[in-house]
Amino acid sequence: MEFLSYLISGVSLGSVYAIIALGYTMVYGIAKMLNFAHGDVIMVGGYISLLAMTSLGLPWPVAVILAMVVCTVLGVVIEGLAYRPLRAAPSLAVLITAIGVSYFLQNAAQLLWGASPRAYTPIVSGALSVGRLSISYVSLMTIAVCIIVMIALTVFTGKSKMGKAMRACSEDKGAAQLMGINVNRTISLTFAIGSALAAVAGVLLCSFNTSLMPTTGSMPGIKAFTAAVFGGIGSIPGAFLGGILLGVIEAMAKAYISTQLANSIVFAVLIIMLLVRPAGLLGKFVPEKV
Amino acid sequence: MKKFIALAMALVMCLALFAGCGQESNTEPSTPAESGTPESGTPAEGASFKFGVVGPLTGENAIYGNAVANGVQIAVEEINAAGGINGYQVEVSPQDDVSDGETSVNAYNNLMDWGMQVLIGPVTTGPAISVSTEVYNDRIFALTPSASSPDVVAGKDNMFQMCFSDPNQGSGAATYMGSNMPDAKVAVIYRNDDQYSQGIRDTFVAEAENQNLEVVYEGTFTVDTQADFSVQLTAAQSAGADVIFLPIYYQPASVILAQADAMGYEPTFFGVDGMDGILTMPNFDLSLAEGVMVLTPFSADATDEKTVNFVTEYNERFGETPNQFAADGYDCVYALKQAIEAAGCTPDMSYEDICTAMIEQFTSMTFDGLTGTGMTWSTAGEVSKLPLAVVIQDGVYVSAENAK
Amino acid sequence: MGKKIKSAANRAPRLSKAAKIDYATYLGVILAFAVVTVLGSQGMLTRSFQGQLVPICCYIVMAISLNLTVGVLGELSLGHAGFMSVGAFSGIVAAMSFQASIPSEPVRLVIALCVGAACAAVTGLIVGVPVLRLRGDYLAIVTLAFGEIIKELINCLIVGHDENGLHVIFNFDGSKTISDLGLTENGIEIIKGAQGATGTDTIASFTAGFILIMITLVIVLNLVRSRSGRAIMALRDNRIAAESVGINVTKYKLMAFVTSAALAGAAGALYGLNFSNLGASKFNFNTSILILVFVVLGGLGKIWGSIIAATVLTILPEALRGFEDYRMLVYAIVLILVMLATNSPQAKAVFSRSVGGVKGIFACKGNKAKGGAANG
Repeated sequence: MEFLSYLISGVSLGSVYAIIALGYTMVYGIAKMLNFAHGDVIMVGGYISLLAMTSLGLPWPVAVILAMVVCTVLGVVIEGLAYRPLRAAPSLAVLITAIGVSYFLQNAAQLLWGASPRAYTPIVSGALSVGRLSISYVSLMTIAVCIIVMIALTVFTGKSKMGKAMRACSEDKGAAQLMGINVNRTISLTFAIGSALAAVAGVLLCSFNTSLMPTTGSMPGIKAFTAAVFGGIGSIPGAFLGGILLGVIEAMAKAYISTQLANSIVFAVLIIMLLVRPAGLLGKFVPEKV
Repeated sequence: MKKFIALAMALVMCLALFAGCGQESNTEPSTPAESGTPESGTPAEGASFKFGVVGPLTGENAIYGNAVANGVQIAVEEINAAGGINGYQVEVSPQDDVSDGETSVNAYNNLMDWGMQVLIGPVTTGPAISVSTEVYNDRIFALTPSASSPDVVAGKDNMFQMCFSDPNQGSGAATYMGSNMPDAKVAVIYRNDDQYSQGIRDTFVAEAENQNLEVVYEGTFTVDTQADFSVQLTAAQSAGADVIFLPIYYQPASVILAQADAMGYEPTFFGVDGMDGILTMPNFDLSLAEGVMVLTPFSADATDEKTVNFVTEYNERFGETPNQFAADGYDCVYALKQAIEAAGCTPDMSYEDICTAMIEQFTSMTFDGLTGTGMTWSTAGEVSKLPLAVVIQDGVYVSAENAK
Repeated sequence: MGKKIKSAANRAPRLSKAAKIDYATYLGVILAFAVVTVLGSQGMLTRSFQGQLVPICCYIVMAISLNLTVGVLGELSLGHAGFMSVGAFSGIVAAMSFQASIPSEPVRLVIALCVGAACAAVTGLIVGVPVLRLRGDYLAIVTLAFGEIIKELINCLIVGHDENGLHVIFNFDGSKTISDLGLTENGIEIIKGAQGATGTDTIASFTAGFILIMITLVIVLNLVRSRSGRAIMALRDNRIAAESVGINVTKYKLMAFVTSAALAGAAGALYGLNFSNLGASKFNFNTSILILVFVVLGGLGKIWGSIIAATVLTILPEALRGFEDYRMLVYAIVLILVMLATNSPQAKAVFSRSVGGVKGIFACKGNKAKGGAANG
């Protein structure tokens, strides 16, 4: 019985990681950059939706849409101002810029909204109980959203014209350009989608965590990055699977081994997994050609 | 060759920077005092007391540092408006330390360059220990509003605390539970990468043994795993705990309360001073905190005149209800005022002399403030005041005796 | 700056030029030390600046050592602070344990630095063997993972010392406290789990920091210019080609990685002995990133660049105190602008016209191949 309830906690937590990891892996897959600011865009999404619900008194679906719009604009602006000029630069330079953007967002948020944590009212409350087990509606909703997003992204990148352009950019930017694909616009679009997903993730993360502060996004961001690598970075189903597994491992480690070392155990499993499958669970291992 | 020139230029720039640092010292740190805290008062005829504040004004723990800085600011302006201390105005310069030992020492040194005479801070425990060594070596007087570990003041005769120490809180909580809920099965959930939390937990568990309290479960978390507590709560529930002791700050505590509520688990939650602030957390669902017990020295709902004035003023100025940290900061300034007046210090005295006078006053005086009445300090620097057990009822603190 | 030296034919002049740069680097460090010491003795330096001297030395050594991994070996490491942490805590334990038996502070400091370096080197070996089999971002995430694991493990350590020797408890379930060590009356509590090392004797000094920088420079520069160093760089530039000419990949990768870890350990020990309190959480992911920022801003593979970047970026947040609340915001903006200025072609053109010097200092030019390799 306890095992089941731990499992449910794990899946709930994992679904939050998964939804963040989906945005992460999307941007990584196309732009080939680790967007460390992703976690902070999530935080911005959380604040926008919270303010829309409390200060403006909007119903939650409107608040979520507003947050998505703001984050999309933010994502595109960040990409245009900070990342686009560095398209030809070494990827480490882009990484450091992303870290700069992350610091910027955190500090700007603190100046705008204050450092004190705010309580976040979950967009849906209550829990589904079966006997002694209960699973909150937020978790169910997160899992459902994850699956919908995952399917939508897979279909979008697989079938639509823009999606194909994205995959082409991801394979070879130069060749894609020669085929008449506007690489810059495609990457902007990727950031737009990634940031809109970040807003959704922000709302779900805050509903799960019920509190919000300027540093809310950074740790889940790193965990989600881990989840994305776990599942094979760049792979959309991999991000989902990685997120869920990470959550379950964390919950089981807390329950049965040590709450002190839960994070270490998660990372240790990650290391072992990567040694066995160097490209992650569902990642493609591309051997280098001479 | 060009690289060589570049290197030479780099060196020149580097040296220019060093020199620049040397020159800036006289002018730069005084700017924040004038521009950043314009209300800190115009120094009357040149001479004024210089109080430094060190605490996290940005970053994860910014709320505590800002609360202290705000409380200090209000107190200083009140004092300046009423004619200052011994007729001299007070200047205050708050410096950010991001709750990091290294930055905290930097902030302290920066204040020393500014000409600080008394230090209020550092606000958080780790940085306070790092700075306390410097404070001790420099012979400047320091009063920390909120760094509660005994290590902060241990062995340093010129470092004093305004808050009660961790052992005081831990054993205080255990004693209270021992006499008021003797059959309780207690679970403890604490943050094991945090000095404050771990410190209280250690003394609580030690004292719980003496009180014959049964600790049935202990769960920990770290800053990296504070998003989800359902595992710890489930384990506490299965262990049959009916009291959960939370020696943690209110932000993770609010998450624990919400998640326990979502699980339908309703033990008595027992917090310490870090829990204070939960009621004023913007948008917090107060019904979650119903019945939570807190050991705190300060209650924003108290009806005495001092507290009411302070809370009104704070609300007007910063748009929020002050927490215990703000009250501690406020008390620090008034305690210093009382001691300086009794000793008859003037701003032209060196900080070493002021320090000697302050040590003498603090170990002998009795102080009444927002966070307690009849406070006295031991020669070790620890304050003695009574922790007050309160229960949250309908969103306000009610003294635990009255609640029954 | 315009000369692009890539082909093997140009190797001979490049070496002599490299030697010149190396000597200039030594000279610059010695000069800077002399100037700071003289100014300090004249009382011309602010306390604020003097307080930062030892941390600056530590960060310089950290940056140089990480440059060995990221710039010279070409592997992105996000867990360098983990080695610093191992060095810091083992160094503190060593220094505090010998407190009674060795009264001389410099001797204890040297022992602490050596112990710190040795412990970090062992950790580097343990981490390096599995990690270096991976590549690119996977390697980066695993170094991050190791950094976090080291942090949590140290959080569980409780260490004390008395006349019976060293007492160590690994606080696995969180129920142990310092009193479980069973120290005698004269015992000293060195590391108290989450509360970190408290009451450490602060024996670090600027002179020690300077000597450590010089030793680091000698080790790193000699390694880079040696036969082994060329093998390491060959691995970075083209692993497959290097392997095909018989370079032992594991051996040379480990050589660079372990050296880098050992130096980070020594820097950590110096850092740890500069503050009376130190918690394991200080050496988190953000610290690793901070060091990485020094390395990238200073230029990959450029040792002198790391030195300058570490110095400037450590002073910068303190120099920005005048901005109050906007301090870290300004820092973030400066970071982004510098990255854009040094890496984007358009901005570079503008900058090189207006501020000629900036380009020279933060030059990242010619690193495209290296940067690519670091993430490839």
